[in-house]
Amino acid sequence: MKAAVIVFPGSNCDWDCYHTAKTSLKAKAEFVWHEEENLNSYDVVIVPGGFSYGDYLRSGAIARFSPVMNSLVEYVKKDKGLVIGICNGFQILTEAGLLPGALQKNKYLKFLCKNVKIRVENARTPFTNKCKPGQVLEIPIAHFDGNYTADKETIEKLNRNKQVVFRYCSKSGSVSPASNPNGSIENIAGICNEARNVLGMMPHPERVADPILGGEDGEYIFSSMLNSLKK
Amino acid sequence: MDPKVIEQHGLTIDEYNRIRKILGREPNLVELGMYSVLWSEHCSYKSSRMYLKDFPTKGKRILQGPGENAGVIDIGDGYAIAMKIESHNHPSAVEPFQGAATGVGGIVRDVFTMGARPIAALNSLRFGPLSDPHNRFLFDGVVAGISSYGNCLGLPTVAGEVYFDDCYTGNCLVNAMCVGLVRLSEGEVKSEIPSYIVKAKAEGVGNPVLYVGSSTGRDGIHGATFASVELDENSVEKRSNVQVGDPFTEKLLIEACLELLKTGNVVGMQDMGAAGLTSSLSEMSSKAGTGVEIELSLVPQREEKMTPYEIMLSESQERMVVIMKKGTEDDAFKIFKKWGLNAVVIGKVTDDGFFTVKENGKTVARVPSKSLADDAPLYERPVEPPLYPEISKKAAPGKSCNAMLMELLADTNIASKSWVYEQYDHMVQTNTCVLPGRADAAVLRIKYSHKKIALTTDGNGKYCFADPYTGGMIAVCEAARNLVCTGAEPAAVTDCLNFGNPEKPAVMWQFRECVKGMSLACRELGTPVVSGNVSFYNESNDTAIYPTPVVGMLGLIDNTPHMDMSFKGKDDLIVLLGRNLEEKSSCPKLDIELEKGVQRTCLEAIRSGIVRSAHDVSEGGLAVALSECCIEGGVGARVSFDEKVNNMSLLFGESQSRIILSVKPGDIFALNSLGKKHNVPVSIIGKVGGSALKIRNGKKKLVDIKLGKIISAYRDSMPSIMRG
Repeated sequence: MKAAVIVFPGSNCDWDCYHTAKTSLKAKAEFVWHEEENLNSYDVVIVPGGFSYGDYLRSGAIARFSPVMNSLVEYVKKDKGLVIGICNGFQILTEAGLLPGALQKNKYLKFLCKNVKIRVENARTPFTNKCKPGQVLEIPIAHFDGNYTADKETIEKLNRNKQVVFRYCSKSGSVSPASNPNGSIENIAGICNEARNVLGMMPHPERVADPILGGEDGEYIFSSMLNSLKK
Repeated sequence: MDPKVIEQHGLTIDEYNRIRKILGREPNLVELGMYSVLWSEHCSYKSSRMYLKDFPTKGKRILQGPGENAGVIDIGDGYAIAMKIESHNHPSAVEPFQGAATGVGGIVRDVFTMGARPIAALNSLRFGPLSDPHNRFLFDGVVAGISSYGNCLGLPTVAGEVYFDDCYTGNCLVNAMCVGLVRLSEGEVKSEIPSYIVKAKAEGVGNPVLYVGSSTGRDGIHGATFASVELDENSVEKRSNVQVGDPFTEKLLIEACLELLKTGNVVGMQDMGAAGLTSSLSEMSSKAGTGVEIELSLVPQREEKMTPYEIMLSESQERMVVIMKKGTEDDAFKIFKKWGLNAVVIGKVTDDGFFTVKENGKTVARVPSKSLADDAPLYERPVEPPLYPEISKKAAPGKSCNAMLMELLADTNIASKSWVYEQYDHMVQTNTCVLPGRADAAVLRIKYSHKKIALTTDGNGKYCFADPYTGGMIAVCEAARNLVCTGAEPAAVTDCLNFGNPEKPAVMWQFRECVKGMSLACRELGTPVVSGNVSFYNESNDTAIYPTPVVGMLGLIDNTPHMDMSFKGKDDLIVLLGRNLEEKSSCPKLDIELEKGVQRTCLEAIRSGIVRSAHDVSEGGLAVALSECCIEGGVGARVSFDEKVNNMSLLFGESQSRIILSVKPGDIFALNSLGKKHNVPVSIIGKVGGSALKIRNGKKKLVDIKLGKIISAYRDSMPSIMRG
């Protein structure tokens, strides 16, 4: 199994994802510089977090023009493997049109780094098949622009197609404004595309995939991916 | 030269005459500007250097002590840590966001300049009380600035401290620390950690001098001189002296520089910090005993018609000087092009010992490099103990112990700092083993090894004001105690010494006494000072801040457990190491032998695996420390004493050398014998459990508060103040 970690100027979770790809996905991990144009040899493509192009203009807005993004669109269209975009990676995927909606500034206008609870809304995606429906995971967020937004039709479509994969919730799994850290519509923390081969999420599963870091809930996501790729 | 011009440059007539003597002629304006920055207090340490010699700086683990961009400590398993702390007080007082952001940027460059990858940031902040809207503005801006810069770099800000006191109104303190990791040999593992330690030396006559990074603008001219005067109401006009940071460029610069080091063709590297091109090149050539010659028309510039004076003194951020082996310049061009950054040859290393600056071939400045970097006058300034009234202790007549504890928990100096650290990405790089607030220090793992490191910053200006000598000792001891409470062995110190105007004998006396106390404690604890920074002139409207030395300390954990402060299991025994004293002065006493014993007992107990939680007793005393253990553990405790000291002192007194541990009942015997071995009192003071914190002394009930109330007092205070 081979995993690509795309590196844009300003990516800063690239090494974290590289380590996790090796340890959790048991993959041969490689960095792919944003100017490269072929992703076909990879089973998994990780678009890591960070501040691509300094998040200047708008998070992910410049990165989407990198040459590698054309090949990523191709990769998804031809269903070559799984794509996971984490944090800035999620923002880039929405800017590139691979996922609907957009991520705007957090409601309190501050960067926010903390552990949050998310509820698995759809346990039948390649990214969540090892989870139980409604399972609560504890995974940290670290972002300024994590406030998911989309027009009404898009949200309806996401709900109808069960594309909402994670919602921010309380310890017991209830979804309410009190458990919404950043103002996202309907507490949305992560979504997938219709084809189920692209996941975008604001929380960082790679930060809780090792017991020494005080949490292992991120493992559910990576072991799900591993599970579905084996099939 | 016009004495007014000399004065505007912050130079005395004596200093000017010294320059004339060195040059054998009048300096021109460019040269005067160059001397003025390098001979400023900020760059030359002219008032402090004779005292800093007292610090122990050597040890078996120390690979690089003071004198380089950062100190380097061998932590075993083939890894070394580079670290340094630095102040950015005056810029932050004037423009909090950019002042703090560029403070982070500067200290990060100091660390990766050594060839180390920055893996952690810490900070130590002081402001006036948050009841004043301007102080809230400064606090909010500084935290946002640190957050914006550090987060963008992917550098976790893992620990720090914030205190509020009237004396910092008008002169806030912003000290930023950076810690980097470097491999001492090339390993098999593919890793982000580089394996070259570099020094800031311009060696090898004929080697090219490269300018890399951002272009030069007019920002920050005379920043160093600005840092060497007192702040007054006109300081806001100096806003243009504050540089503007671009963390994205810095991130690219880190990656490009670390990639360039891999080529093995880098001879020396230096950040263009205070005084930019002038300081970096004069220091590099002075250290190597060489000279340099540069051509200013080759320097990338972002503004038109910049004069040689402006180019030489600009403090534009995110710029570096690199000396390459002759003929290998292409390595740099290729790598920096990939990262979209400037890399141009602007000159070469020479053998004449002069720093020669040309513009279009015409010499515009030519001075001995060594005279800039090393020949600033040294001052033995007059010293005299000040006459000041004792700080009156916060007496709380008539208040119940419960009310007093609730008030302290909500006090901004004690309350949870989550409002601050949640704005910092403290987990990126996936090494953070203990989250902020959970332990007395941050703990980071070193990937691909059995090592962990612990990091902390500490300083108590109030203690140092009351008794600078003991206060200096306490600053070091408390930092070490924090590390020990996480299971780490204290290994090395970086310090940032924030004081008032050194030309005042009272300030100089405070400085001397503080450094004496710190030196003694560093010697006793075996923690050499490897790097640091002195910040004088922290005064506004003629009032000095408290003498505020800040100690950044590194600790090592070698394949043993790490610890946090949270109470874990019901019926675990709560144990106090040390003694409860009745403190009469505003600065508690310190018995260094007891301190060492307490630290050894705690460390050995954690290493042996019997400790379930460990927490240092500091601000707010036992009652606050016990509350914090309960809050983090989400569980109550029942504590009883049988002490003669008065109840307020017992609960809230700040006697030093005390640690609260919890252990399983069966492990108390092992802990007792460790205490005996180190001659340390070990007292069982209570049990973990229940949903309230209850404390009594003898028959008298002192505290009984539900955990929920304690938690909300502690956690809600700062967010509600900052929401206004």
